[in-house]
Amino acid sequence: MTLSCRDVTQLVSEGLDRELPPAEQARLRAHFAICRGCRSVRERLQFLRRAMQSFASRESDGKR
Amino acid sequence: MHVQSEFRSRVENERAYLLRFASLHLRGADLVEDVVQDTLLAALAGEARFAGRSSLRTWLTGILKHKILDAIRRASRETTLDAEAEGEAADVEALFRQDGHWVEHPAAWETPDRSLSQKQFFAVLERCLARLPAKAARVFMLREHLGAETAEICNELGVTPTHCGVLLHRARMALQLCLDRNWFAR
Repeated sequence: MTLSCRDVTQLVSEGLDRELPPAEQARLRAHFAICRGCRSVRERLQFLRRAMQSFASRESDGKR
Repeated sequence: MHVQSEFRSRVENERAYLLRFASLHLRGADLVEDVVQDTLLAALAGEARFAGRSSLRTWLTGILKHKILDAIRRASRETTLDAEAEGEAADVEALFRQDGHWVEHPAAWETPDRSLSQKQFFAVLERCLARLPAKAARVFMLREHLGAETAEICNELGVTPTHCGVLLHRARMALQLCLDRNWFAR
């Protein structure tokens, strides 16, 4: 069964919380190879994680 | 100055910071106020345990995190939260066609990390966070702001791991959409 873009974004999100099994990683790689939209969203979600880390450390340093 | 009252005033000085921290996780000024008040009282009662091992702010934030989790645990027992998320979920759903493919392919953001040195970016991020549906926001903030593990969060909130994953996905998709519309695509 092929993954829809919606499924891919769900798996990308899950990949930020746990290590995905190799089979799922392979299906994702195959999808990214042909789907620019999903590649963009993967990068956006990875950036969101960095942004939240940066947000949390700014807060605790009192920079606002 | 008496040592104990000096500690009290140092703790009191962190009140504004703690209020702000708690308000990122909890909705409702009274609840935020209560949780911070409990934290300050616990800190004053536990002065002996502080002993300057970490910064005062770090220590107080550690206490506050426990109080926030307690408050969330109580709130998730008291309310049914499933219905409230529908608005934002619809927004995210509108990104996809019936068959689960993109209506419009999202574009790549150009050098997004440059935004991390801009104060205005964080103001936009904060507004986007405030717009999330309550339950998705709660799970997302525990994961990405407190750095809790997903298993721990599901457990605390009494939701299944699958549902936890759905909520995190929804929160992340809603946030990237909000940042795209209000920051990157401007």
